[in-house]
Amino acid sequence: MLLISCPWCGPREENEFRYGGEAALAPTPDLDDKELARRLFVRSAPAGPLLERWYHAHGCRRWFPLVRDTMTHELTAPPEAES
Amino acid sequence: MTRVEHAWANPAHLWRNPEPKPSYDVVVVGGGLHGLATAYYLARNHGLTNVAVVERGWLGNGNAVRNTTVVRSNYLRDESMALYEHALRLWPGLSAELDHDVLFDPRGVLNLAHGRHDALTLKRQLAANQAAGIDAEWLEPADLASFCPILNLAPDVRFPVVGAALQRRGGIARHDAVVFAFARAADRLGVDLLQGCEVTGFDIENNRVRGVVTTRGRIGAGRVGLVGAGRSKLLAAMAGFELPIQPSPLQALVSEVLDQVLDTVVMSGAVHVYLSQAHKGELVMGAGRDPYTSYAQRGSFHILEWQLQAVLELFPILSRAHLLRTWGGIVDVAPDASPIIGLTPIDDLFINCGWGTGGFKATPGSGWVFASTLAAGVPDPLVVPFSLDRFETGALIDEHGSAAVAH
Repeated sequence: MLLISCPWCGPREENEFRYGGEAALAPTPDLDDKELARRLFVRSAPAGPLLERWYHAHGCRRWFPLVRDTMTHELTAPPEAES
Repeated sequence: MTRVEHAWANPAHLWRNPEPKPSYDVVVVGGGLHGLATAYYLARNHGLTNVAVVERGWLGNGNAVRNTTVVRSNYLRDESMALYEHALRLWPGLSAELDHDVLFDPRGVLNLAHGRHDALTLKRQLAANQAAGIDAEWLEPADLASFCPILNLAPDVRFPVVGAALQRRGGIARHDAVVFAFARAADRLGVDLLQGCEVTGFDIENNRVRGVVTTRGRIGAGRVGLVGAGRSKLLAAMAGFELPIQPSPLQALVSEVLDQVLDTVVMSGAVHVYLSQAHKGELVMGAGRDPYTSYAQRGSFHILEWQLQAVLELFPILSRAHLLRTWGGIVDVAPDASPIIGLTPIDDLFINCGWGTGGFKATPGSGWVFASTLAAGVPDPLVVPFSLDRFETGALIDEHGSAAVAH
């Protein structure tokens, strides 16, 4: 079980949260089929830190960004620009 | 000798442990079940024996020996039924053909319905199966009481069982025996099984793959097949293309050895667990994925807790059973929960991935069709619908309902 720090509620257990996947996806105006497929279906999966969104579903019900390492599950706060 | 070195310095009666040759006609990347089956059928069906399987760890490691061993073909879509049924028809003959008992046991696979909508969904799937010539039948609770006596059929539980779909030809096999059987058979036909041989790059010239760069040196290749399961996305990135795949942990668990109490496979999408009993006596259980992207081969405890709640709801008789061990593997799930097999943007580089949570059952069929694809250089007719470009054309094969219990 991950211990996730909600920026509003502090450290809470993982099963209070929903996973929102990769964060900071660009908006999508005027895409052709290839670009649209990429936007819809392709997400980053680096073997290392990944900036992602989590939702405190059973808490304050706010979305927030988090950096999680996909090799170790270590959680860190996102860079300033993303928070 | 470290423990890892020891693991692939195997006795000669298993398979040779050769040095890599400078080049091969075909290099298969990934020594899991599908990679080994691919190599075997390249040799057996197509006479291609100048073939190597490169494996970063050792044979009989990873998801190949950490799965829940369920075999069935009762999917919903025509494309999937054709592919999985092709695999299912190969299972009964494998032990004799490979000269190694894989303990395939068609003891039936039950999919439980816990309400009207569950029942309607399963009956739709059952009708699709019957129309495609795949065995499927409906059991009412009274039939279930005799077919699976330990199943809790009480009407006053939170989600009472109202019926079940049954595929009698489905069942289980012994996963590590399947690894050994395919590895030994491929080795006997001349395939080089290269363990401790991690791919670190691809030799690509004018958009055509010429070989793989590995921790045991460069290996030239006429064609390369990627069968990297959970690490497929990393391999694709190394070769310079993207896959619409997300790797995430899937956990399963095994009980202590018990007397035989369950002689079929039981799956429930609604209370979310699947359960069978190995021949030796352990209960083998699995359920949903951990939701997040991960390469760490472990997941969170509450996912296991949910599984066990579901087990006890269905089988109160198991309340005193002890767990022996749990594990997490990394599964590669595509957006439509169907595999991706066929061409890549790189010439002579082919892919077979996206089997997600249910690859074990497809082992012989996946190897068969991928070998045919690699041998001919064009996708086998059965895999044409499973091309990577379906995500651009929109011809998705949505199997979220029947790919496993639920995603």
